[in-house]
Amino acid sequence: MTALPGLALRSLWNRRGTAALTVFAIAVSVALLLGVQMLRDSAKQSFAGTISGTDLVVGPRGGPVNLLLYSVFHIGEPTANVSWASYRLVAQHRDVAWTVPLSLGDSHRGFRVVGTDRAYFAHYRYAGRQPLRFAQGTSFAAADETVLGAEVAKSLGYRIGDRIVLSHGLGAGSFVQHDAVPLRVAGILAPTGTPVDRTVHVGLDTLDTVHGTAAGAGEHAAITAFLVGMKSRDTVLVMQRALNEYRGEALQAVIPGVALADLWRVVGVADRALLAVAACVALAGLLGMLAAILTSLNERRREMAILRSVGAGPRHIFGLLVLEAGLLAVAGVAFGVVLSYALQLIARPWIASRYGITLAVGPLTWVEVAILAAVVLSALLLSAYPAWRAYRVALADGLSVRL
Amino acid sequence: MAVPAIELHDLAFGWSAGEPLLSIAHFSVARGERVLLHGPSGCGKSTLLGLVGGVIRPSRGTIRLLGEDLTTMSAPQRDAFRAEHMGFIFQLFNLVPYLSVLDNVLLPLRFSRPRRERVPDPRSEALRLLDALGLQDRRLLQRRATELSVGQQQRVAAARAMLGRAEILVADEPTSALDADTREAFLRLLMRECASAGSSVLFVSHDRSLGTCFDRSVSLQELGDLPPGLEPS
Repeated sequence: MTALPGLALRSLWNRRGTAALTVFAIAVSVALLLGVQMLRDSAKQSFAGTISGTDLVVGPRGGPVNLLLYSVFHIGEPTANVSWASYRLVAQHRDVAWTVPLSLGDSHRGFRVVGTDRAYFAHYRYAGRQPLRFAQGTSFAAADETVLGAEVAKSLGYRIGDRIVLSHGLGAGSFVQHDAVPLRVAGILAPTGTPVDRTVHVGLDTLDTVHGTAAGAGEHAAITAFLVGMKSRDTVLVMQRALNEYRGEALQAVIPGVALADLWRVVGVADRALLAVAACVALAGLLGMLAAILTSLNERRREMAILRSVGAGPRHIFGLLVLEAGLLAVAGVAFGVVLSYALQLIARPWIASRYGITLAVGPLTWVEVAILAAVVLSALLLSAYPAWRAYRVALADGLSVRL
Repeated sequence: MAVPAIELHDLAFGWSAGEPLLSIAHFSVARGERVLLHGPSGCGKSTLLGLVGGVIRPSRGTIRLLGEDLTTMSAPQRDAFRAEHMGFIFQLFNLVPYLSVLDNVLLPLRFSRPRRERVPDPRSEALRLLDALGLQDRRLLQRRATELSVGQQQRVAAARAMLGRAEILVADEPTSALDADTREAFLRLLMRECASAGSSVLFVSHDRSLGTCFDRSVSLQELGDLPPGLEPS
C-alpha cells in the first residue's frame, strides 16, 4: 500500500488546475464553517456576558425571561413597578453588598434611557466581570447630567458637554419632549458589546425632575427593577426565595445566568440555523469535489489498466481514488483554517470597535477540530462512490480498455 | 524437465455458457522460451491476456504460471503474482501520464515487495535497462511520459516490464504502432535483453512475419484443436 500516496500526489499534481479549484472551494466553505462557529461562540459568550457579577435581578412578578429582557436587554416594556420602599428594604439588608436601581420608560432618539445611580458604574459587570469604563468624561454628578453608551454617542455624534433632551415613552417619534430640562453629556462609556452601548444613563433624581415627580431627598418614585450583589454567594438562593415569597409586594428575583440560559435556548435556534447553512455550503464544496473526481474517471481508465498490469488490484484503484479525495479534503481544510485565521485577524479590530466584541483568536477548539474532522470524513465517505465506480471499471476493463 | 513458465490446459472462457470466446486444449511456454502467438483480431487475444494476467478467470481449465495454479488463487493473490513475476507491454498507452519516465519504469516495484527486494539499486537498474533498450538520453528521464514519441514510449514500457527480473513478459501488439525500422530495432533489443535476463516471452500479434525473431510461432486459432489422444476425459 506504500505505492499509493506517491501516486495520488502526482496524479493530483497532474490535474493541479482542477485540484486547486476543488481545494479552494473546500477551503472557502471550511473558512465559512469555522467563521460561523466562531461567531456563534463569540455571540453566545457575549450574550452570556451581557450581565455578570450580579447575583439577582429583582423586578415585579412575571416571567423571569421577560424581566431579563426589559431590565438588561432593554427589549419590551415592563408591566409593573417596584416600590421604592421594597428597594430600600433589600438595599439595607445585612447580606446585601450592593444594589443598583433601574428605572425605564424614557428614550432619547430611539435609545432607551435608564434612570439609576452612581452605583451602576461601580457595580455593573459584563463579560467575565469587566467593569464599565469611561472613554471620556466621568459619571453624572449633577441632576442635569447624563452618561451615554458608546453606540449612542457614536451614532448621534455626541461629545462631552453636548446638551440632549429626553422624550417620554420609548418610541423614536414620541411627541412628549422633556425639553424644559436639557441634559449635559458628562461621560461616554467605552464599547462593551452589550445593550449598555445603546443606553442613555441618567440619575434617578434627574428622572424625577424631568417627570416632575420629585419625592424629597433620598426618596424616589417607583423603579422598574434593580440589581443585587450579595456579600456571599451562599446567601443568593436564600435571598431569591425570600423575595419571591415576599408578601409586602409581588416581586420576583431572578439569577441572571439561569434566565440567560433560558433565553439562549430561544435565541440559539437562529444560530443553529446559521450553522446548518454553513454545513450545507461545506457539503456543496465536497459535492464539487465529487463531481470533479467523477468527471475524471473516464479519462483515467487507461491509467487504471496500466496500474493493473503492473500489479495493482481493484482495491488499489479504490484506495487511490479515496486517497486523492482525502488529500484534496485535507488540503482544503488546512487552507480553510489559514483563510479563517487570516479573516479573523483582519476583522478583529473592526469588530472590536464596531461591536465591542473582542474575538478570541486562539487555537482551534475541540468543537472546531471535530468539525474539520467531519469535513475530511465526509469527503472520504463521498469519495467511496467514484472509488467504487472505478473499482467496477478496473474489474471489468482488466488490462485492456475497451473505449 | 523444468517447470514451464506458462502452461494452459483444457482452457475455456466465455461470458455465457454457450459458445466460448476462447478455447485452448494445451499450450505451454518453457522457461526462457520466446513464443509468438499470432491470430487475426477478434480471435480472443485480449481474453487470453486477461486470463494469463489473472484479471479474469477461465470458465474451465487450468492456468499454471511458474508451476503455480492461477485458477486456485484469490483475486488479490493473482494481483500480487502479476506484480511479482510478470511484465506487460501494450500496443499503445503504456505509460501513466502523470509520472516521469523514470517513475514509470519503477512503477512495478511500488506494488510488489519481493520484486523491489530483487533490485538493490532500482534507479541504476532502470537506467541500465533504458540504455540497453536504446534510450541513452538521460534528459528523457525526468520528462513526462506523454512528451515521448511512441517508439520511445514502447521502450520505456519494455524497460518497466523487465525491471526486477520479471520471469514472464507478455506483449500485446507492442510493435504495431511503430514504423518498420523502429519495429525491427525495438524487437531486436527486446529479445536480446530477454535472453540475457532469461525471461520467457509471450508475444501476441496479428503479424506472423515477426516469427523469425522468436523461438516458436503458434497460431492462436489452432490451439483450440486438440491434438489426437489429448481429448479431455
